[in-house]
Amino acid sequence: MAANAQTIETVEGLAGDYKYGFVTDIESDILAKGLSEDTVRFISAKKGEPQWMLDWRLRAYKAWLRMAREKGEPTWAKVSYPEIDFQDIHYYSAPKKKTLKSLDEVDPELLATYEKLGIPLKEREILAGVAVDAVFDSVSVATTFKDKLKDMGIIFCSMSEAVREHPELVQKYLGSVVPVTDNFYATLNSAVFSDGSFVYVPPGVRCPMELSTYFRINEAKTGQFERTLLICDKGAYVSYLEGCTAPMRDDNQLHAAVVELVCLEDAEIRYATVQNWYPGDKNGKGGIYNFVTKRGACRGARSKISWTQVETGSAITWKYPSVILQGDDSIGEFYSVAVTNNAQQADTGTKMIHMGKNTKSTIISKGISAGKAQNTYRGLVRVMPGAAGARNYSQCDSLLIGDRCGGHTVPYIEVKNRSAKVEHEATTSRISDDQLFYCRQRGLSEEDAVSTIVNGFCKEVLQKLPMEFAVEAQKLLGVSLEGSVG
Amino acid sequence: MLEIKNLHATVDGKEILRGINLTIKAGEVHAVMGPNGSGKSTLSYVLAGRDGYEVTQGDILFHGRSLLGLEPEERARDGLFLAFQYPVEIPGVANATFLRSAVNAVRKHRGLADMDAMTFLKTAKAKMKQLQMDEKFLQRAVNMGFSGGEKKRNEVFQMLMLEPTLAILDETDSGLDIDALKIVAEGVNALRGPERSALVITHYQRLLDYIVPDVVHVLAGGRIIKTGGKDLALELEAKGYADIIADAA
Repeated sequence: MAANAQTIETVEGLAGDYKYGFVTDIESDILAKGLSEDTVRFISAKKGEPQWMLDWRLRAYKAWLRMAREKGEPTWAKVSYPEIDFQDIHYYSAPKKKTLKSLDEVDPELLATYEKLGIPLKEREILAGVAVDAVFDSVSVATTFKDKLKDMGIIFCSMSEAVREHPELVQKYLGSVVPVTDNFYATLNSAVFSDGSFVYVPPGVRCPMELSTYFRINEAKTGQFERTLLICDKGAYVSYLEGCTAPMRDDNQLHAAVVELVCLEDAEIRYATVQNWYPGDKNGKGGIYNFVTKRGACRGARSKISWTQVETGSAITWKYPSVILQGDDSIGEFYSVAVTNNAQQADTGTKMIHMGKNTKSTIISKGISAGKAQNTYRGLVRVMPGAAGARNYSQCDSLLIGDRCGGHTVPYIEVKNRSAKVEHEATTSRISDDQLFYCRQRGLSEEDAVSTIVNGFCKEVLQKLPMEFAVEAQKLLGVSLEGSVG
Repeated sequence: MLEIKNLHATVDGKEILRGINLTIKAGEVHAVMGPNGSGKSTLSYVLAGRDGYEVTQGDILFHGRSLLGLEPEERARDGLFLAFQYPVEIPGVANATFLRSAVNAVRKHRGLADMDAMTFLKTAKAKMKQLQMDEKFLQRAVNMGFSGGEKKRNEVFQMLMLEPTLAILDETDSGLDIDALKIVAEGVNALRGPERSALVITHYQRLLDYIVPDVVHVLAGGRIIKTGGKDLALELEAKGYADIIADAA
């Protein structure tokens, strides 16, 4: 990481020189590559942020510089990639104008995938970046939904809007679960985050619909440093869906998002993700690096946070949605399917930190590897001295397709209370020739056979997804593993 | 219906089938009997097109078309069904889901519309009743935790749903008690008709008391060494394989 530290020093030098000579046009749509204090100031100014937000970002930036200098990027995960040059990245660009006129201009391969996933035509156009003239149904639907949410006192808006309109909530909770100095990528995100979603559900309110970024599809692209903050007040409930089963093309290679969940007394948050970013070509070239920090805090007694994720895309996935179980009798859950094919690498898992009494956590992880992909489950279960009666159950299963891929399970268990009960089960299996032949003898094609077997393997996780999402996710698993056999 | 001509096949380079000739006409039920290691299961896998079972000589015609070069799923969709000697477990996949995918794959091939969930359920329940199977089996994962007999019954259930023109039953009687054997045999007999044929592979004559074959073949050393009527099965039972093989040699 010496080179990295060197870069930082150079940049610091430059930043000093240019401190007062910062002349970038505030109206421009794209900021030149590179990261400095001025970059942070530019982003904040562009968004019209108040001073406290800028100060927060700058604090993060300084912390990140220190991290980069002292340690550099984290290297403990089982992923390998060329060192990232953080000066070779655009940290701000306004949403691109859609330039394609019709679907005829879209990459046929992309269209074929949409077709297989059964995505409605109108949505295909939007996903592929085609200008849509006609009123898009879900836009009006979304507006209706927003009115209804507003009536109930639920706030669902972009992070930028929240900073302007609800500063008291943002100031109170932003960084309260993932502190500014949490880790290298989270700290970077804190300094330069582009946008994201903000949700607040008031006490006792049950959000009547699944909240989804999908409703915001027509709004500005949130960019590569997404920041999401979700607060569920006492006795409230919300289910949030993130992502999209359709393959998303993105020019930004590095994605470092942060998601924070705050769950107060008797509240419940369900957070589901389907991630299908571009995995790169067969050799992983051009694929997205996804370094995400997701964490929820069960602050109040009897609160519950449930993470469900289906990860099929990205060249590299580095992601550990976690729950801090502070409140007594609080519950944390993690259900995960991670598929890696070709040259994809995934190092993903969870952390369950038991602090309150009688806290419970469940971890179900299903890793599927094909091609020459590497898939690692990495998880931590920590029971603190005060967590009397804490319980955890973990189950980590790996499924291998072919003989060039790898599945790895790395559980960390730390128990500091004698009354705690922690169980861990792990299996590794292979799709057998017997199973494939059996399915094919019944008339299923080889691809359908693989998809059937894989869906069976993931069933416990898929059934945790909201209905429509589950159906799409099932198809997605099949498409992701195409060509993995034979 | 099915014409096997001078069929030679190898597994891992070892020749197991050494020139089999066998013709099954529409509506006929043939039994193939033989001692362990005679090539009975190999014959069923070769017919179904399993990888690793290589045809080195001869041909198999099904409805007048060569099966060689067709994928297992293509043969299945054309109406060839294999009831496995050891049915395979598929964790997490409900029997109903699996079978409906199979039924619709076959229907699609035949130019028919998908069978909707309601019709499927109704049909499935009727067939299960016939086989005295609990409806709960529809929601259980394919063959997971099934007893030996339950697995065999499930094979016959799938066969009734898929309505093949040629059913190959590979030792479907093994692991069945006498009551289950009768039920399974009734299931197979229910499918008999002028357009449907069956190849019943078995070790024991017992099954043939219930599924009465038109023709019986004795397979030994990868060849059919004797062919006869249903009485041949009784003769085998009485004398044992050794004598018949000695006679034929």
